[in-house]
Amino acid sequence: NEQLAIPQLRQSSYRHETPPTNPSRRCLHLGYFGGKRLHKISWSAPKPSPLTRSAPMAKLAIFFTLTLSLLPFLSHSFSPDTPTDRRILVLLDDFSLKSSHSIFFTSLKSRGFDLDFKLADDPKLSLQRYGQYLYDGLILFAPSVERFGGALDVAAVLDFVDSGHDLIVAADTTASDLIKSVATECGVDFDEDPSAMVIDHQGYAVSDVDGDHTLIAADELIRSDVILGKTKIEAPVLFKGIAHSLNAANTLALKVLSGSPSAYSANPSAKLSSPPSLTGSAISLVSVVQARNNARIMISGSLDLFSNRYMKSSVQKAGSPSKYEKSGNEQFVTEVSKWLFHERGHLKAGNLRHLKVGETGEPAMYRIKDDLEFYVDIFEWSGNSWEPYVADDVQVQFYMMSPYVLKTLSTDKKGLYHTSFKVPDVYGVFQFKVEYQKLGYTSLSLSKQIPVRPFRHNEYERFIPTAFPYYGASFTTMAGFFIFSVVYLYNK
Amino acid sequence: MASPESAVNGPTMTAGAASKSLRNAFGGVIAFIILVLIGVLAFSIRLFSVIKYESVIHEFDPYFNYRVTQFLSKNGIYDFWNWFDDRTWYPLGRVIGGTVYPGLTLTAGTIWKVVNSLNIPLSVETVCVFTAPIFSAFASWAAYLLTKEVKGPGAGLTAAALLAMVPSYISRSVAGSYDNEAVAIFALVFTFYLYIKTLNTGSLFYATLNALAYFYMVCSWGGYTFIINLIPMHVLLCIVTGRYSSRLYIAYAPLVVLGTLLASLVPVVGFNAVLTSEHFASFLVFIIIHVVALAYYIKGILSPKMFKVAVTLVVSVGLAVCCAVIAILIAVVASSPTKGWSGRSLTLLDPTYASKYIPIIASVSEHQPPTWPSYFMDINVLAFLVPAGIIACFMPLTDSSSFVILYIVTSVYFSGVMVRLMLVLAPAACILSGIALSEAFNVLTRSIKFQLPGIAGNPSIASEENGSSTVVAPNDIPKTEEAAKEKPAKKNRKKEKENVEKKPTPSKTEKRLLVLPLEASVIAVLLLVLLGAFYVVHCVWAAAEAYSAPSIVLTSHSNDGGLHVFDDFREAYSWLSHNTDVDDKVASWWDYGYQTTAMANRTVLVDNNTWNNTHIATVGTAMSSPEKQAWEIFHSLDVKYVLVVFGGVVGYPSDDINKFLWMVRIGGGVFPHIKEPDYLRDGQYRIDAQATPTMLNCLMYKLSYFRFVETDGKGFDRVRRTEIGKKHFKLTHFEEVFTTHHWMVRIYKLKPQRNRIRGKTKKSKSSRSVSSKRDVRGKRNPWH
Repeated sequence: NEQLAIPQLRQSSYRHETPPTNPSRRCLHLGYFGGKRLHKISWSAPKPSPLTRSAPMAKLAIFFTLTLSLLPFLSHSFSPDTPTDRRILVLLDDFSLKSSHSIFFTSLKSRGFDLDFKLADDPKLSLQRYGQYLYDGLILFAPSVERFGGALDVAAVLDFVDSGHDLIVAADTTASDLIKSVATECGVDFDEDPSAMVIDHQGYAVSDVDGDHTLIAADELIRSDVILGKTKIEAPVLFKGIAHSLNAANTLALKVLSGSPSAYSANPSAKLSSPPSLTGSAISLVSVVQARNNARIMISGSLDLFSNRYMKSSVQKAGSPSKYEKSGNEQFVTEVSKWLFHERGHLKAGNLRHLKVGETGEPAMYRIKDDLEFYVDIFEWSGNSWEPYVADDVQVQFYMMSPYVLKTLSTDKKGLYHTSFKVPDVYGVFQFKVEYQKLGYTSLSLSKQIPVRPFRHNEYERFIPTAFPYYGASFTTMAGFFIFSVVYLYNK
Repeated sequence: MASPESAVNGPTMTAGAASKSLRNAFGGVIAFIILVLIGVLAFSIRLFSVIKYESVIHEFDPYFNYRVTQFLSKNGIYDFWNWFDDRTWYPLGRVIGGTVYPGLTLTAGTIWKVVNSLNIPLSVETVCVFTAPIFSAFASWAAYLLTKEVKGPGAGLTAAALLAMVPSYISRSVAGSYDNEAVAIFALVFTFYLYIKTLNTGSLFYATLNALAYFYMVCSWGGYTFIINLIPMHVLLCIVTGRYSSRLYIAYAPLVVLGTLLASLVPVVGFNAVLTSEHFASFLVFIIIHVVALAYYIKGILSPKMFKVAVTLVVSVGLAVCCAVIAILIAVVASSPTKGWSGRSLTLLDPTYASKYIPIIASVSEHQPPTWPSYFMDINVLAFLVPAGIIACFMPLTDSSSFVILYIVTSVYFSGVMVRLMLVLAPAACILSGIALSEAFNVLTRSIKFQLPGIAGNPSIASEENGSSTVVAPNDIPKTEEAAKEKPAKKNRKKEKENVEKKPTPSKTEKRLLVLPLEASVIAVLLLVLLGAFYVVHCVWAAAEAYSAPSIVLTSHSNDGGLHVFDDFREAYSWLSHNTDVDDKVASWWDYGYQTTAMANRTVLVDNNTWNNTHIATVGTAMSSPEKQAWEIFHSLDVKYVLVVFGGVVGYPSDDINKFLWMVRIGGGVFPHIKEPDYLRDGQYRIDAQATPTMLNCLMYKLSYFRFVETDGKGFDRVRRTEIGKKHFKLTHFEEVFTTHHWMVRIYKLKPQRNRIRGKTKKSKSSRSVSSKRDVRGKRNPWH
């Protein structure tokens, strides 16, 4: 028994070995602070290659920090100098989509992306090699594929997302269970009826033939400059496809393009026997998901949304007098893809620091009622460079089980946020917490632990004026007793 | 034991003055040597743990004391005083300097410093390990002094020898048991000695020393309230029995004034010294003794007639003052929620209080009432000798012997309430047994001596008896003689001071009764020696076998006589210290808090200093909640790892499942959604197939029994002696990161929050992370 048990013990202690990584590459990238996928960014000075420590002794934290921060770089994900480095795998049902959706692909290429087109059932399909991802993004334009080729399956796609990569999924009426399960795992539920489509008898797009109102001119867009860009999308977006819904409790998913109140999801060629399960604005046409590791996912119920035909066609919404020469599809798709591939709305924060007013250098511990100053840097990725992020709603919490201090930070418009406050009259282990979750932006969650101690024995006020009567009383008593003793002893 | 008696009693009977003084000196030297030997005995009998195991700190609380001592020796006394510890009670922290009794730490720190300044390079740990044995030698000597004051040096030596090896005290003071009690018992006995000494001499010098000793006791242990209640009780007893004297006043009044002032200097006591009910008795008696003193003074200066007038005046005024004071006291006491008494003290008065109201006190094993076997185990034959000692104290009844009687009576009561207070009983039992043994030997050896043919003549026994009484009586009466150092003379002198007229008659009858037939005496002496031998054998056995285990290292004997060592605790703690980040928080039941901070140096949520019931209840609630809720609770407290102790594989009974009822009770006491009946089937906690679903789904069950079925294929729990109810299950929010060799400690890590939130429809099950899959596969079961 005993001997058998020893390997088990060893194994457990070695379990947290750091994986082998290419040392040269690590050195290249260690200096760069903050990865785009970081939850907590530590801005400590580059550690002197902690990976070279003996493996079993390597601390867990170092392991996690490094893995988190290295993975994006190792896969050429988001280098600030060469964003064009990004490689995207596009999986297609057949290569004709390459030409029929060429405007979308061209716009991506023109923005510097390196597209790799493959058939979804290509037997050599693989997202990673030797444990490293070959791509930074995945576009699934293969709604009808039942099984991916090669090593790819649902779990592999999800692992790809969970390691911080982006994903576009476009479904269709022909959407397979595979595509639907990918969407479900991301928190998007497609209508379970395989023949259902989104029908809208009010918000359909006027066309030459009066069809079944499944071509929808959707204009219920999310109001977010970050996701959809600053220029307003005037023309409605043409949509023809299937509906999906989001769980209201899912805080990560957003409806970017939702159905009008009169939309519903049903089979257009059959008579409605029962009320449709998805109706009105519960229907989402296009959704985006930002995972907790800030990987971004776009799920569209329509593949045609991206097609050249829809982008070029003119559009007039039923009942609306205005007719647009060009649909909003191109602008919509381009802007969303910009957001999706982190060209916009990507924040990084770090360099959390604090100091006691009037001192330099960060103390290891504060005392209650100290005055302190707090600084944090926040930058936004502009597509080419890190620009200062300017907002007036960033807040810092001084937190111990609940926020004792909640202060809005003021910025100097150069990326530096600052505030000062007094430590509350409570001792304990506090945290400076910056939790910044703003629609469309990557969520920032930074914290730094700092203990707050009570007064030392000699930090209290020495002589309190209100206690002077007591001091007087005790000293007069002493003097009186002394005089009394003298009188009593030496006076007959 | 027999030797001190004969050595000291020998001179008593001598007639020649020259040979007497020689024998006195001789006896003094022998007594001194015996005391040294007793000290060596007390020290060395406590070294079994070091010899059998190793020189380590034991159990739980000593680890905290050790950590504090390390801090003190590194940072100095001011930093220790102001130490705010951010590594425990996360995120509340603990002000160590203000919540700890610093006596033990300061003592060991001083010893360490002195030893190091003498260029003896001892580590702090070594000093801590050996502090308790050193102080038990001191305690034996203090017991000698105290008993000597009460009944003379013979009884003192016997008591010291008994105390040196009483198992009850050994259990708390073996080498490595670095706890407050180790020094507190010495302080307790020494304080009592100085009180008796002051009472006997009326010296203000001893009174001041007494206050200082009391201060040391206050520094060392919360048990100081025993002193500050027992001494007023004795003073009251003396006053009521008409034994008031100026010596009593000197023994008591300075103690209250100086002692209270000094006590309030200790940060952990502070204003409690005047605010809590535990101290009120001393103030009340302080007032009473002044009233009585005033009455005696007035009686002295007034004529009897005037005195009567004065009495009525004083009594009426005194009554008024007393009423006022009592009214104020009642008002103050009633205004505080616990009536001014702390939970532990209320437990003393009403043993059922804690189990009814404070599960956190009731849950501690040392706060349980003891069983009769534990009396026999802990004080052995002393339990039978104590009544004899009490009787011996009654003849003659002096101030000091009445104090000893009071001491034994109260400590017997308190030990009946809490096992832990057996420790207070032990010195009293030793003192009284010492007195009993010494008196018995006194009588028996004298009987033998007077009947031995060589020494006295051969007349009848009856005439010899008369002769002996006449011989002794003249010895007693001339109390002004120089030879008054001897025990009976001294005793009589004391007594004589108070009531001279009473003395001769009792001593005469006493002496006449106490001469027994020669054969009976010889046999009785032999029996007593045999009794003492049994006691020694028992004590050595207790010290070697029962009380030497350090409890962090366990051993068991296998069938073939081999020794198997379970070192799982240190294995787990060192895993934590090597594999987790310095600032990671480890959640466990509070028993393991001190050890985790001291040995693994990781931040814990709760520890053995149970100052915040709510925080403990939070951990208890998490442990008794389903996985998801538990994860949320722990996550909100920044916990990274959860540590559980599990004895089901090797049959280690004090594991977390057996403590689980307290987690439920304490948790449910604060968070009412935890209901104890949900965990009970037929009024019992069960983990077998009969267990309730709540039980089978709670975190503690899951963390304890995760993969347990892989050990033997059936999931048979060796502690509960049953097969577990739910054998195959997976953890969703926790992952196992480490399990020790014998599965006694299991460490789990909180899984990070899901990266994505899944949709409603469940079609695939691929959300589990790859790493956890690998863990499950890679972990091989050591028991196959």
